Amino acid sequence: MAEERYGIDLLVVGAGVVGAAVAHYAARAGLRVTVVEQAGVASGSTGAGEGNLLVSDKTPGPELDLALLSMRLWTELAQTVPGFEYEAKGGLVVTGDDTGLAALRRLAGAQRAAGVTVTEVADPTDCEPHIRTGLAGGVLYPQDAQLMPALAAARLLDHPFIRLHTGVTVTGPITSRRGRVVGVTTTEGHYSCGNVAICAGAASGRLAAAFGTRLPITPRRGVVLVTAPVPPMIRHKVYTADYVGDVAGDTAALASSPVVEGTPSGPVLIGATRESVGWDRAIPVTALRTLASGAVALFPALAAVPVIRAYAGFRPFSPDHLPVIGPDPELVGLWHATGHEGAGVGLAAATGSLLAQAVTGRTPSLDLTPFRPHRFQEAT
Amino acid sequence: MYDLVVIGAGPAGMAAAEVVADHGGTVAVVDAGDQPGGQFHRHRPGEVHGRRLEALYAVAARVDMRYGHRVWTVERAGDRFAVRCVVGQREPASAVVSGRAVLLATGAHDRVVPFPGADLPGVMTAGGAQALLKGGGVVPSGRIVVAGTGVFLLPVAAGLAAAGGRVRGVYEANRPGRRLSSMAGEWGRIAEAGGYASRLVRHRVGFHRGQAVVAAHGRDRLTAVTVARLTANWRVVPGSRRRIECDVLAVGYGFTPQLELAEALGCRLEPGASGDPVVAVSATQRTSVPGVYAAGEVTGVGGASSAELEGRLAGHAVMGVRPPGRLLTGRAQARRFAYRLETAFPVRDGWRSWLTDDTVVCRCESVTWSGVRGAASAGAVDARTVKLLSRAGMGYCQGRVCGYAVNRLVGGDPMSVPVRRPIAQPLPLGLLAEEGEP
Amino acid sequence: MNEPIRFLCDGEPVDAEPGQTIAAALTAADVWTLRRTRGTGRPRGVFCGMGVCFDCLVTLNGRPDVRSCVERVVAGDEVVTTGVRDV
Repeated sequence: MAEERYGIDLLVVGAGVVGAAVAHYAARAGLRVTVVEQAGVASGSTGAGEGNLLVSDKTPGPELDLALLSMRLWTELAQTVPGFEYEAKGGLVVTGDDTGLAALRRLAGAQRAAGVTVTEVADPTDCEPHIRTGLAGGVLYPQDAQLMPALAAARLLDHPFIRLHTGVTVTGPITSRRGRVVGVTTTEGHYSCGNVAICAGAASGRLAAAFGTRLPITPRRGVVLVTAPVPPMIRHKVYTADYVGDVAGDTAALASSPVVEGTPSGPVLIGATRESVGWDRAIPVTALRTLASGAVALFPALAAVPVIRAYAGFRPFSPDHLPVIGPDPELVGLWHATGHEGAGVGLAAATGSLLAQAVTGRTPSLDLTPFRPHRFQEAT
Repeated sequence: MYDLVVIGAGPAGMAAAEVVADHGGTVAVVDAGDQPGGQFHRHRPGEVHGRRLEALYAVAARVDMRYGHRVWTVERAGDRFAVRCVVGQREPASAVVSGRAVLLATGAHDRVVPFPGADLPGVMTAGGAQALLKGGGVVPSGRIVVAGTGVFLLPVAAGLAAAGGRVRGVYEANRPGRRLSSMAGEWGRIAEAGGYASRLVRHRVGFHRGQAVVAAHGRDRLTAVTVARLTANWRVVPGSRRRIECDVLAVGYGFTPQLELAEALGCRLEPGASGDPVVAVSATQRTSVPGVYAAGEVTGVGGASSAELEGRLAGHAVMGVRPPGRLLTGRAQARRFAYRLETAFPVRDGWRSWLTDDTVVCRCESVTWSGVRGAASAGAVDARTVKLLSRAGMGYCQGRVCGYAVNRLVGGDPMSVPVRRPIAQPLPLGLLAEEGEP
Repeated sequence: MNEPIRFLCDGEPVDAEPGQTIAAALTAADVWTLRRTRGTGRPRGVFCGMGVCFDCLVTLNGRPDVRSCVERVVAGDEVVTTGVRDV
């Protein structure tokens, strides 16, 4: 075991899709990577994710730029490491009334200016034969895509320069006298390594604390419903975005319904709720009902389809809704990649690529400043 | 609102209902079927014969029986419980039955060990064959083989033979002889077992110890099985394979408790006699969740008489009445016996060597042994991560059938077998969308 | 003996005893394949017999995915074993 641990350039903590992407791009850059995971591959947030790769739900800004890069990279990965049910199916956002349509058009216009491909759809039933009639209109986002997150993580980890150690829980850093991370302690002994990347999803805050860093990442629960397998009836990722105006003034937001989508295996996925309730796994009936009614409102034919499964997962929630990607503020050799909330699968490819560039001393192809872990310290 | 909502109309549930009714409490019994008695007392409609069955019907007449109700979740709402059900399959509807206490008496189903060809029509669980016989009066035509492990194989084989079935043999993977004779005193308590054995002899049905069906053959339905002698760890003794022509195989490897409602309510689980999880209960059948009781097979597979004792104890506890001492001593005895029986018929891991690459492990999603192995080599460590990477356990039955096997195949901790099924029964999305407040 | 109940399985008349489940009646009639799996197309029949395993799903009077082992036959039922939804 000691020999095996010798010569680790980068130790990635967490075998979710973000950790896997970081490991994958680092290995492709020539680093010898070991991934340690407290449970199994994709056993945390990734295993509970729907596999949404969305640009449609992002307003222009750093997260959209990250998403656009990630879409491109996922398309490449689907060619180079296939086998994770990647589908460039496109997203369809619909709305029930003219106010909503106006807001949706405004958003789409801004997104188009930022590089997103958008197509207005006058009658959503043209794209989705089973969607309810009488909608005001919709916008099609061909770049939205879907993949199977657990398989994606497994495929990304399948690289000759990557070793995966499951059942290993990291307990803290080993630092040099100069204050550089030179390894980690774990429940299975210690590992020496050149760099450490914490990619522990919703548990990253807890883990960062063990390294002496404050990272305000907290779990935000999501619940997903899964139906029995049905013949293909939903072609895109479909959700409603309705305009909710704040009567008092100029603030306005789009409130969206759960995303409804078919899968290559047959089941329809409906997700997800957003609740900050700590690590509570018990799923309230109200959450299930909300998802079900949202889906049936969009696709009336789903009313007769049985739900066979529901599951809860914990998104890594970041207070400013931006992911955390970059070097630790204090500890040299420690890196973070977390805080993607519900977009971790979509943003993983870009996150992995950019962090690998940073770790190997190259200039990241996208400015990481908005995502810097320092920002929380600067704010206090 | 009822004093008690019983989930499951088997021996445990009906016994609890009777005690609560005797003490003036109000009870509803919800059950997916349409008769009292559960799997153990399953009978053809209208054929209510025998003292025990008549007694069950007498209890059913005194309490609110909610038949055709499949419980998909139990929700805690303050100091009461909302038992949410789907009613019927033809035109499914919703129903909520509320009580200040809940008894989980959901029983068990056959534990399934996969082997090549086990998904062919004609291969069924021992419990399935028993249900067809007792509930439908059906003896499958053709030659029948009974295999697996446990005393349950005897009534199945004897029942089929007595009803005219052509039973070619019973293949018991363990070699129970000596262990069981040391239990002779208690053995008498399930005297039926002796009766079954003599009936098998009368029908010239061979009982083969230390042998198992290790493969099933056929194109569109079963036509033959391969039987082999087993080593102590259940590997095939080289050269011992032989083919037996048959049309039906009834196979059972003990039972798995139905734990999803207990798990969803947050009841503490503990390892049972076999090491697999069961609901942890106090001496009066209280679970770790106040107001939630459990009795019968969910607390450890023990048979009908043990389940009935547990149900009576639960009924007393619900009504706050001190139970007669004989119930407590009877339960303790029954538990000891059940423990010894369960440990006398273990499932040894050698069955894993029976599998071939294309053996179906997860029947719902058609995931094979090579698919499960692939998931394990990609970093899956237990049934849950295997599910994510291979779809095994992701289908309609949610891993009820394959969960045990998948977990054993990847060497997972038995207590990690996924019982987490927040939606315990499929229900139409339209009904879920209209669920009311508790 | 009660009068048998007649129902249709894939268009063919089948007689059941009153109170029998669809699965029991079909087993008695020597019908073994109740559906085929999606993807691999393998035949499936009665397995658990108690509503747990979902192997015995049939389409009943146009409603797909009905567990035939726990549903009693009603005269005139139309059962389809090929699986409409479960393609």
